[in-house]
Amino acid sequence: MAVRASDDDPEKARRFREAALPYLDEAYTLARYLLRDAADAEDAVQECYLRAYKHFDSYRGPAMKPWLFAILRNVCRAEFARRKSAPAPSDDLPETAEQAPMWNEPTETPERQLLRRFDGDTVRKLIAALAEPFRETFVLREIQNLSYREIADVAAVPVGTVMSRLARARAMLRSAWLAEQERVK
Amino acid sequence: MTCEEAEVLLHALIDGELDAGHAREVEAHIEGCAHCAALTTEYREIRQAMAETDLQYKASPALRRRIEEALPQAQPRPLPQAVPSRRAVLRGFAMGSAVSAIAATGLVAIVLRNDDEQRVEAEVVSAHLRSLQAGHLTDVISTDQHTVKPWFNGKLDVSPPVIDLTAQGFTLIGGRLDYVDARAIGAVVYKRRQHVINLFVAQTADTERRAAKTNTLQGFNIRRWSDRGLNYWAVSDLGADELAEFGEKFETAMRANKEG
Ligand SMILES: [Zn+2]
Repeated sequence: MAVRASDDDPEKARRFREAALPYLDEAYTLARYLLRDAADAEDAVQECYLRAYKHFDSYRGPAMKPWLFAILRNVCRAEFARRKSAPAPSDDLPETAEQAPMWNEPTETPERQLLRRFDGDTVRKLIAALAEPFRETFVLREIQNLSYREIADVAAVPVGTVMSRLARARAMLRSAWLAEQERVK
Repeated sequence: MTCEEAEVLLHALIDGELDAGHAREVEAHIEGCAHCAALTTEYREIRQAMAETDLQYKASPALRRRIEEALPQAQPRPLPQAVPSRRAVLRGFAMGSAVSAIAATGLVAIVLRNDDEQRVEAEVVSAHLRSLQAGHLTDVISTDQHTVKPWFNGKLDVSPPVIDLTAQGFTLIGGRLDYVDARAIGAVVYKRRQHVINLFVAQTADTERRAAKTNTLQGFNIRRWSDRGLNYWAVSDLGADELAEFGEKFETAMRANKEG
């Protein structure tokens, strides 16, 4: 359980609230996708905000959102470690993901139909099924609209790694999307 | 370029992350390769389908309350003569005496200003993106400047100028309160075709006029200028030329207002 922040500088508290609280929904969204559990996500976001407040004196940019996300990601990694059953996001590609086919033969027939649209819940489910660390990269890019550079900073990996993870993530999502399309036909 | 390389780089192309030279290389490969061309189309379609779907979660009021209560109480907002961001940044730097000595020479101030501008531009783009999510674009919806302008009164230290540019091809659609650089800021929202333009306006202590500069961040164009104690940032996915047109029309109309 997180302890109450003890630093009682009201001016700092005011600045922190104005700078960080507008990103609460975004932070919660990231935590939900990373942890795939509503209660764990709430705990992680609360812990993130308290840690962020503690380190706010040393905050000098870049943008507030990636700064918060970097803290949140570390909180989530700690949660992964606690769960143990779920592997922490690793800098190495998991073997299964490496061996999985890319499924990237495009459907090249000219009369190919437009991609089927799914409702939000279905797409969220498809994203949630992506393996770490591809899901993380994917969510930071597609849902949080971070640049590659910002994703690299948040995930503490080189930009090249961001690019290859994103390519892999989109290939996996595409194959899941097409499979879902086939299933509900 | 091999297909293997293109299959990775086409994502950076879609995301607008490639420099001009690499973008041309990838585009050239795609033009000559049906496989990579079809893949690019499919990824763009998936991206488009996702953009049309609400994939955000919303923090519960209970979570918001828990965090609010865990943080120390904030004091009421002080009067706005000081610029909080610069002070906040400087406070971080004022720790070591060596740093203070350098700050006295003005060197740090120059470095910081650039940092600051970049950081604020990044925040302005984030605010623009947030506004594009469903239901976030406007707090007051009106194509009438005489409705939008007074709406800001009392909500901000200085109300942003609201100008009707319909005749110039930019439709006013409303206004919004936003947060940038840890301050409340006014956003006046325009549209050209399907493209939203957010014009963010903030008060500045610096009354010097600064000519417009255009920058690109995360695939959005930002045109920024300063005039009569106000900083302006126009952000849009419009091309740089059309955004420049918007800025010029806006400044012309401002001058006409002042003289008329
Ligand atoms: Zn190819």
